[in-house]
Amino acid sequence: MINLAEIKKSFLISLWFVFLTFPIMVIRVNTIYDRVEWRWENMLFVGVGSFFFSFIWRYLLRRKELGSKNSQAEETQDRMTLNQRIMGDRRIYLPLLAAILVFAAAYPFVFSMYQTNIMINALIYIMLGLGINIVVGLAGLLDLGYVAFYAVGAYTYALLNYHFGLGFWLALPMGAAMGALFGILLGYPVLRLRGDYLAIVTLGFGEIIRLVLENWNQFSFGPSGIANIPRPSLPGIKMNLEQSTIFIYFLMIVLVIFTIFVVNRLKDSRIGRAWIALREDEVACQAMGIDRTKTKLTAFALGATWAGMAGVLFAAKTTFINPASFTIWESINILCIVVLGGMGSIVGVIFGALVLILLPEYLRAFSEYRMLLFGFILVTMMVFRPGGIISEVRRTYKFKGLNE
Amino acid sequence: MFWDFDYFVELFLAGLTRGSIYALIALGYTMVYGIIQLINFAHGEIYMIGAFTALIVTGVLTLMGWNSVAILFIAAAVALIYSAAYGYTLEKIAYKPLRKAPRLSALISAIGMSLFLQNYVLLAQTSDFLPFPALIPDFKWLEPWEHIVRSSQVVIFSTTAIVMVLLTFLIKFTRTGKAMRAVSQDKEMAMLVGIDVNRVISVTFIVGSTTAAIGGVLIASHIGQINFYIGFIAGIKAFVAAVLGGIGSIPGAVLGSLVLGWTESFFTGYISSDYEDVFAFLFLVFILIFRPSGILGRSESEKV
Repeated sequence: MINLAEIKKSFLISLWFVFLTFPIMVIRVNTIYDRVEWRWENMLFVGVGSFFFSFIWRYLLRRKELGSKNSQAEETQDRMTLNQRIMGDRRIYLPLLAAILVFAAAYPFVFSMYQTNIMINALIYIMLGLGINIVVGLAGLLDLGYVAFYAVGAYTYALLNYHFGLGFWLALPMGAAMGALFGILLGYPVLRLRGDYLAIVTLGFGEIIRLVLENWNQFSFGPSGIANIPRPSLPGIKMNLEQSTIFIYFLMIVLVIFTIFVVNRLKDSRIGRAWIALREDEVACQAMGIDRTKTKLTAFALGATWAGMAGVLFAAKTTFINPASFTIWESINILCIVVLGGMGSIVGVIFGALVLILLPEYLRAFSEYRMLLFGFILVTMMVFRPGGIISEVRRTYKFKGLNE
Repeated sequence: MFWDFDYFVELFLAGLTRGSIYALIALGYTMVYGIIQLINFAHGEIYMIGAFTALIVTGVLTLMGWNSVAILFIAAAVALIYSAAYGYTLEKIAYKPLRKAPRLSALISAIGMSLFLQNYVLLAQTSDFLPFPALIPDFKWLEPWEHIVRSSQVVIFSTTAIVMVLLTFLIKFTRTGKAMRAVSQDKEMAMLVGIDVNRVISVTFIVGSTTAAIGGVLIASHIGQINFYIGFIAGIKAFVAAVLGGIGSIPGAVLGSLVLGWTESFFTGYISSDYEDVFAFLFLVFILIFRPSGILGRSESEKV
């Protein structure tokens, strides 16, 4: 497979990349002190790196082409993925589920506070991922302003608490309701737009919310944010920091399980099937008598509800919020979770959130490369595996005896 | 005095400057969208890379003691070549394998590319703002109006105008332009009559990236500082301009850019500068809701 022609091709590619990255990778100019720094060693890295990478790239492309041919040829043959096999067999997945639950329950007692905090973070992202999964994965609407609803939830709690002393338990449903309200407010005018315009408008909306929060000092205290937001508590019980962290952890576990349950039920409901139909073909879907606006709006509102709820939890966990936590990159972060894990797939989203949130925490040395990696993941996943790592199990109906 | 004519002219010219730069970027958006119906999210990053390359070349040549006009031309030329190369490579890596995929996939890939390029420059260079040397010399004949218009602004207007004329010529009267128009109308039919569609798409990306780089070099030497993030916001605003004018239409992109440039400039000058970006986004939302086809665009209905 690796012959001379291939090597020559890769060599030319690596030469091209050396040329391409030359000014930015090799030269660094400091225009303040008029100094120029030459980093020739980077040239070598780029050259060698792109040489080997081009082999991998071509290999993956070939495999993808082969795969799409195979699947066309053997449409009727049912090929079970690993995911399908696990989910299909009660004997495997029940013990697995039990093991995961036991692990989750023991986690805060086995590991340190620091680890628990990271895990809470990951759980919040699972919730956000499952929420955006409704909008992007099921209904096929690219929402780049998802973080706006997250911000709405967080500020709902923070402001209600600051002005009226409202507690966490009241704020949680209110945050969710505010999220849904904003989802409908935004969704109503923009949902008749086509996919890519919708992406840009939602992006714009997300930025509007952030910029308003940053500039409207009387309302949101501007860039300095709101501090001293109380942590969640149970009536009559005083908790120290450690206990309350553990409490938030279990609260998150319960909420994530609740989210999984709801999303799973929604997916198979009448409205969930309408979302999937809408994603596949809008025109055909309308012809079948599905109200396009109503269906899209419910997807938007339900997605935003989870973001609002996650926002309240985020505010309660960190006890401090400011607009800097709600930039467009956060939306893309959440999108990346869904894309990596698998659009539409619940297991995939959980996997994606755990990988993308936990990995950078433990590989601190690479943390500055995090966003670079995210960009890379988005591109390569779309090119090679658009369904994600653990892709959704498509519901199929087979007529037995038809081919016999 | 409330009504100050000089102030008005100043804002008008500032808006024209902004609009010209937006137009240079918006052209790339509109051309790419016209041909492959993709919002090239990473287009703003190409503009940023153009500006950065120019900065690097300038830095090196300044140390070698060249004079500033020579540096300007060499830096601009290198920036154009590199931006074109980046645009070309970008298309080959992130968009070409996805040509038959759903539009959502290509859009996500474009967002990924934008994120990647931003962080690539951030990591390889710096996250700080770098001062960009003023390369454009002060014109003698402009001295009487110096308090209103700067010579870099004059250079920006005239360059933009020249680029527009050249581009219109390219699209209307050359074989390549004809091929571009054919591909944007019907890709398969174009293939049948013997047009190399891949080549046309590559050329489109190269032309679009070059105009963006011209914008990058000009605005960098006008404003005087750059960092890795300038491409994102400029890219979004240029996109707003392209949509405003009617995406896919080249005169529309220019018109939309000028309208956006002026409205932004007058808004910040007379009302408030805090909400400058909010205003651009609101503008976008309203256009898309009330006239999604833009000022000069044709409205098309979806067909099965």
